[in-house]
Amino acid sequence: MLQNFFSYILQGVSITIAVTLVALPAGLALGLGLALVNTYGGPWLKRLSAAYSLLMRGVPPVVLLFILYFILSGNVVNLTPFWAGSVSLGIISSAYQMEILRGALLSISGGQMTAARAIGMSRWQAIRNIILPQALRIAIPPWSNEASIVLKDSSLVYALGVPEILRRAQQLSATTQQPMLAFGAAALIYFVLVFLVNRGLDTLAEKTKLPTQAA
Amino acid sequence: MDSPILQVKNLTKIYGQNVIFQDISLDVNRGETIVIIGPSGTGKSTLLRCINLLTPANSGQIFLNGQEITTPEANEDRVRQQIGMVFQNFLLFNHLTALDNVMVGLTKVKKMPKARAREKALYELNRVGLSDRADHYPGQLSGGQQQRVGIARALAMDPSVMLFDEPTSALDPELIGEVLGVMETLAREHMTMLVVTHEMGFAREVANRIVFMEKGSIVEQGKPDDLFYRPQHERTREFLWKITELYGNKEEKHE
Repeated sequence: MLQNFFSYILQGVSITIAVTLVALPAGLALGLGLALVNTYGGPWLKRLSAAYSLLMRGVPPVVLLFILYFILSGNVVNLTPFWAGSVSLGIISSAYQMEILRGALLSISGGQMTAARAIGMSRWQAIRNIILPQALRIAIPPWSNEASIVLKDSSLVYALGVPEILRRAQQLSATTQQPMLAFGAAALIYFVLVFLVNRGLDTLAEKTKLPTQAA
Repeated sequence: MDSPILQVKNLTKIYGQNVIFQDISLDVNRGETIVIIGPSGTGKSTLLRCINLLTPANSGQIFLNGQEITTPEANEDRVRQQIGMVFQNFLLFNHLTALDNVMVGLTKVKKMPKARAREKALYELNRVGLSDRADHYPGQLSGGQQQRVGIARALAMDPSVMLFDEPTSALDPELIGEVLGVMETLAREHMTMLVVTHEMGFAREVANRIVFMEKGSIVEQGKPDDLFYRPQHERTREFLWKITELYGNKEEKHE
């Protein structure tokens, strides 16, 4: 019985992971672009990206998800529940990732840019070769936090009927009248996933850490 | 007749209401070491930053190898490749080893193949006496070693002129000598150098010409002996007297 519970819910893990693997990298790509524009762009680009961040951080993910699926989908674009959910989570996350990366970019001293320009690098070469490698290292710990938030927020797509972990747990709870077992199993699975992600990123942070101690 | 490698003509820099320096003209000949001295806040560092186009001047012209670099058409990135710059606080790239700090300009800016860039970078590190520290990150190096890597990084680009912006001011006294030693060698190899420093010992021994700047203008310039022993202006005399009193004893020790 317990085994059946688990195996049924575990079938949702791949969807949970798929939603996360769409939302997180999409949010990273968009967030990085926005962070660069906000840090190095002109005054209008700064204002625009700041407004985007403010707006997207002010809307609950599930509300954006409903807007995308029930209002836009079918009228403007054609989105399956899976894509509507993943894309809206990615958009919300991009605003948070933008703020994480912006903070990291700003923490790199201006001298690094000066030194890069002094050996003849263009602004973009300096950003790519000198600023970003340092900023991304700094961003890993806060980014790890955001990654686990997106992973857990992927449960929101359940509201559109996507059969991920939470949706399956809910179905089991309804059919077996065992909510404790069903949601307990779901909680345990989420915990393990988040734990693994955080551990993985901790390892990455450790591996990319720069030596500072004198040899 | 060799024309000056670097020519500054009537250069003026103003920040808001503040005139940093005004109407500065200076010719730097090939192979010459010029030391710029003067009280702090007289625009010496800003002058170097303007020459390297890191800060735009308000008026005046700069010529490098006979070509004006202060026109809007000049390619700033190209110009900076030909002018090496060494900073007071080293400004090494923190995420790169000493070798990669020297290599990165060669591979990314000059698009040199990796193997050749590596060879060249090792040569430059060897030149500053640090080939055994190639794999160390800046955080693992002493200030003096970091500054020598900074010099190697600038040298690797084969610049026409090297600018030194108070290269030893941020160093512990016992580390100053190793950096000055490298600079002295460069001067003997006839690298063209423009050095802002308070190291009067270095100025006296190594400079071909000393330029005394105060309040945004060049007060006086000449051969070290003339400036030190026969200054034409009262202000030069006062400044040199004050600075030797301050730094003189220290210099005796590490020379």
